[in-house]
Amino acid sequence: MTEHAPILRIEDLSVEFGASRVIENLTLSVSPGKTTAIVGESGSGKSVTSLSVMRLAEMMGATYPSGKIIFEGSEGKTDLLALPQKKMRAIRGKDIAMIFQEPMTSLNPVFTIGDQIAESLILHEGMSKKDALKEGLRLLEMVRLPDAAQLLNRYPHQLSGGMRQRVMIAMALACRPKVLIADEPTTALDVTIQAQILTIIRDLQAELGMAVIFITHDMGVVAEVADDVMVMWKGKKVEEGPVKDLFANPKHPYTKTLLSAVPRLGAMAGEKFPKRFPVAVMDGDTPRIVGSEHIQNTAKYDAQPLLQVRDLVTRFDIKKGIFGGVTHRVHAVENVSFDIYRGETLALVGESGSGKSTIGRTIQQLQKATSGNITFDGRPFASMGKADQQRLRQEIQYIFQDPFASLDPRKKVGFSIAEPIHTHHLMDGTKQIKMRVDQLLERVGLTSAHADRYPHEFSGGQRQRICIARALASNPKLIIADEALSALDVSIQAQIINLFMELQEEHGLAYLFISHDMAVVEKMSHRVAVLYLGQVAELGSRQQVLENPSHPYTQRLLSAVPVADPTRNVNRTMLDGEIPSPVRRVGDEPAIVSYQEIAPGHLVANAV
Amino acid sequence: MAGFLIKRILQAAFVIVAVTLVVAFAVRLTGDPALMLSQGAGSITEEDLARIREALGVNKPFLVQYTDFFLGIFTLDFGRSFLGGTPVIDLIGNALPATLMLAFASMFVSIAVSIPLGIKAAVSRGKWADQFIRIISLIGLSFPNFWLAIMLVLLFSITLQWLPPSGMDGFASFLMPAITMGIILTATNVRLVRTSMLETMQSQYIMVARAKGLSESTVLYKHALRNCAIPLITYFGLQFGGLLGGIVVVERVFNWPGLGTLAFDAVGARDYPVLQAVITVLSMLIVGVNLLVDIAYGLIDPRIRTE
Repeated sequence: MTEHAPILRIEDLSVEFGASRVIENLTLSVSPGKTTAIVGESGSGKSVTSLSVMRLAEMMGATYPSGKIIFEGSEGKTDLLALPQKKMRAIRGKDIAMIFQEPMTSLNPVFTIGDQIAESLILHEGMSKKDALKEGLRLLEMVRLPDAAQLLNRYPHQLSGGMRQRVMIAMALACRPKVLIADEPTTALDVTIQAQILTIIRDLQAELGMAVIFITHDMGVVAEVADDVMVMWKGKKVEEGPVKDLFANPKHPYTKTLLSAVPRLGAMAGEKFPKRFPVAVMDGDTPRIVGSEHIQNTAKYDAQPLLQVRDLVTRFDIKKGIFGGVTHRVHAVENVSFDIYRGETLALVGESGSGKSTIGRTIQQLQKATSGNITFDGRPFASMGKADQQRLRQEIQYIFQDPFASLDPRKKVGFSIAEPIHTHHLMDGTKQIKMRVDQLLERVGLTSAHADRYPHEFSGGQRQRICIARALASNPKLIIADEALSALDVSIQAQIINLFMELQEEHGLAYLFISHDMAVVEKMSHRVAVLYLGQVAELGSRQQVLENPSHPYTQRLLSAVPVADPTRNVNRTMLDGEIPSPVRRVGDEPAIVSYQEIAPGHLVANAV
Repeated sequence: MAGFLIKRILQAAFVIVAVTLVVAFAVRLTGDPALMLSQGAGSITEEDLARIREALGVNKPFLVQYTDFFLGIFTLDFGRSFLGGTPVIDLIGNALPATLMLAFASMFVSIAVSIPLGIKAAVSRGKWADQFIRIISLIGLSFPNFWLAIMLVLLFSITLQWLPPSGMDGFASFLMPAITMGIILTATNVRLVRTSMLETMQSQYIMVARAKGLSESTVLYKHALRNCAIPLITYFGLQFGGLLGGIVVVERVFNWPGLGTLAFDAVGARDYPVLQAVITVLSMLIVGVNLLVDIAYGLIDPRIRTE
């Protein structure tokens, strides 16, 4: 592609919300046909930058103390920041369009897909409704949505997340914009769907020759889509450059720590056990190395398994007829069996609807099993009395994805950590309990002074540490971590992974690690179970499953994972289609798969 | 949608049966109508009372009386008033339009005022317009309706002599009762519209609509209002029930010839047929309005329609 003059130049932009400055003297230019990725952690100002280009930030209360945003449109150069909103509206949606992070909530639930696409065309291109719908059909076909003609009359709730994001792309591209801003467009999607969306954006960019500003926290996605990268940190640009240079030779300490923290799928090929790695942490403006390399050989395979799950089935009734008869069921879990040994991390991986969270919730007794047997520490669930069940709630702890939602906002964190100690009568005496809480807080990397604070005073990473401290408070034998790292920035994530592994070694803890992130799974699990539509597709040691994936779904899943290495060639011809729904009509039972043991402990489902 | 409606209609029928049963039972707890009718008639023997009871039909077992009453509903035969013997259906036929006109006028006033004010407060959140609207609505909420009714009569009928103090006679007579009922509704609804609108405006799809380059008024009135209406409609439906309950007091103050006045008089006279008919009609109205709300729900929200 030939080099063009930049189409959009951000010059010396500063943005303030009230008295706090969130963007400082930012300069960036983007060229037609090129993808510029803006990367940074939460709060780095990347989204505010894009909303400022759209002039939407001020609707949330932003002001611009300095800077220009020069857009080279058909009518010459314009400073977008100097335009009145009325004129800006003619550019917004026409010359500069945007795709947002949450496809599930980005479409208006009360209008049809057709109406929502046609709206931009009628507004900016002056088309009649009929012509606009016709063009809408073409756009839906362009983003490769099947049955596009029918989709025009559908409502958003009838579409999956991946389909909605394609509709969003079709909508954004309706007026052939010169600049497309994509703000975390695939973060809320499953990896195989993410891969499809990324391909569509790239293909359409080549076709329309637009400039793409791609905002993401995911270095794997950056490596795959970007031509140029700008790294933001605390509202400032710390580094920019072509993607290969930046990955190969990062200059700013922050970029270095960011890249060192990113888990890369395949980086542990040949390793038998999971491994802890030292993590670089920004300490003020200089990086500091925390931890050291350590092999995690903690699983006790010679003893009895701690947890045995046999033929577990969990179904939910939904959709009832007029007289309350069940017509549809979610077949969340179908005939799942696995063991977890003491000191072992078993990863449950899969995409939406795979049943991974339901399995965790069923083991924690948050959800009743439809059938099947679970045995914990030699005691079958079925024969347990009330007292035994209560003890189980102490021995099995759950850590959720959203650390903020799982802490009571009105209680000091010290109280929340002490609560399981009180509930299970693990200790007497206010003083002893206080000492235990302090000790737990220190163990997870906080200080005893933190006990007197409220959850909102902590960052996301600190809150997840508090949740871990609370889980440890009841001396559990098994911790179920349900997407516990997914909401964290990578550098925080890397530290929490190490914390999990240290605690495993100290206390002989077993983890059921529920995750969609294959690279994290590779770093910390001993064995991996891949779930697909409620059944285990493949089960084996980390090395067996990740280095010799033998089920087509595992292969598909692994090939979809973006790897933070821009020199890698991406070939994804095999990815197509949606993940089927686990909702079935009553009487239409799914086929139960059988297994073949292709190596000791490596089970692969046969095709049905 | 069809399944959803059938379910709702079956529920409505059940509600009406239950309400009529409770009403018929409760009405008979108010005392003996024979005693009430014979008051001031000099010396009355126990035989006289028995004859009156037989004539009124209140000596029959409760279930028989109830069955007669319930089956009568289907032929619009609610029996005759114990006072004067007028067919109850005629009394209802005269009073119902007066009540309905008043109820709908108040609902209309409240909705017509609260939606624009609520939206205005929401879009100028924290600014003076918002503060002003919220303070006014708080003041409106603080009036008890009987007090407000009396104050209005004092001011407009007695001091200024602009409006008739009571009765139903032309448009002018509507103003004070409708305003009395409307003000309190409006005060609540403004806050409700404001909250619902604020919540809707936080939605991602509003940001998307703005990113398309749509004007603020299109974003507000096309994209936000319909979504914000979904919770509001439920509330307005429920409110209609409360409104019919509160209408008794207001009708009394303004001597409005509606169901409220009819019911009030019937309670005093232990006029069972009138009382149970009025309450049955009111409950059918409430059930009917809520059924309409469910239908409106389906029309506005495709997530319900396409279930």
